[in-house]
Amino acid sequence: MSLDPSFVGRTYPPTAPYQVGREKIREFAAAIGATDPAHHDPAAARALGHPDVVAPPTFPVIVTMAASQQIVDDPALGVDYSRVVHGDQRFAYTRPVVAGDELVCVNTIEEVTTRGGHGFLTTRTDVSTVAGEPVVAVWSKIVVRGEA
Amino acid sequence: MELPTQTYRVTRADLVRYAGASGDFNPIHWSDRTATKVGLPGVIAHGMFTMALVGRAVTTWAGAPDAVVDFNVRFTRPVVVPDTDEGTEVEVAAVVKEVTEDGLTRLDITATCLGEKVLSQARALVRTPR
Repeated sequence: MSLDPSFVGRTYPPTAPYQVGREKIREFAAAIGATDPAHHDPAAARALGHPDVVAPPTFPVIVTMAASQQIVDDPALGVDYSRVVHGDQRFAYTRPVVAGDELVCVNTIEEVTTRGGHGFLTTRTDVSTVAGEPVVAVWSKIVVRGEA
Repeated sequence: MELPTQTYRVTRADLVRYAGASGDFNPIHWSDRTATKVGLPGVIAHGMFTMALVGRAVTTWAGAPDAVVDFNVRFTRPVVVPDTDEGTEVEVAAVVKEVTEDGLTRLDITATCLGEKVLSQARALVRTPR
């Protein structure tokens, strides 16, 4: 089943705020083996000019993957999640994510194509604070493999 | 300029830990039965876990955990993780492409597993060390 190209340009309503916890950043950093003190120790993060511990660069995917469920689960678009593989991923930062951030995601569908029986879907998620301060823009391309 | 290669060992335990921390519980990252059923050679690492390891390499090279301004990868080949104590290894290498006028360093990155490229078009833009 091919994806509906008329979805390009569609923007979804902002997601509920995600509260970035200090322990979640520590847990994520530990899981990827990132031992820099600024991920774990608020004093080390403050020495770099941040209010609290700093998340590793791929941390926002926790927030954006959950947020993009509103696209993947949109029955009108027609994504079969069991056939999805991750294609591309990009993070463009205004500033790093830090503990204490309350983040809101706005999803936009940037590209929908079908090639060789496979569907390609590129989403952009603009992540900002509840106060409207931009933090990071996250692009994700997923491939929905066609029936062999 | 070439940067010193970073090597990261990846075991099944690492995938379980990453699944918990990231919330991505897709069974292809922990169940051989599920992975082989969908045509994979076995359990594979989360693409985002591989990207996270590359992020570690990038912040190590930059000398600061908050240096990353822009970071993108294309997932080309899965990192297969056998159920052994040794697991597998991901090697991350990079070259400095340029230092921009506004003080940013552009890196072209290579990530390989068992000598095969697992990412393509992996690039990062980082703040140049102070």
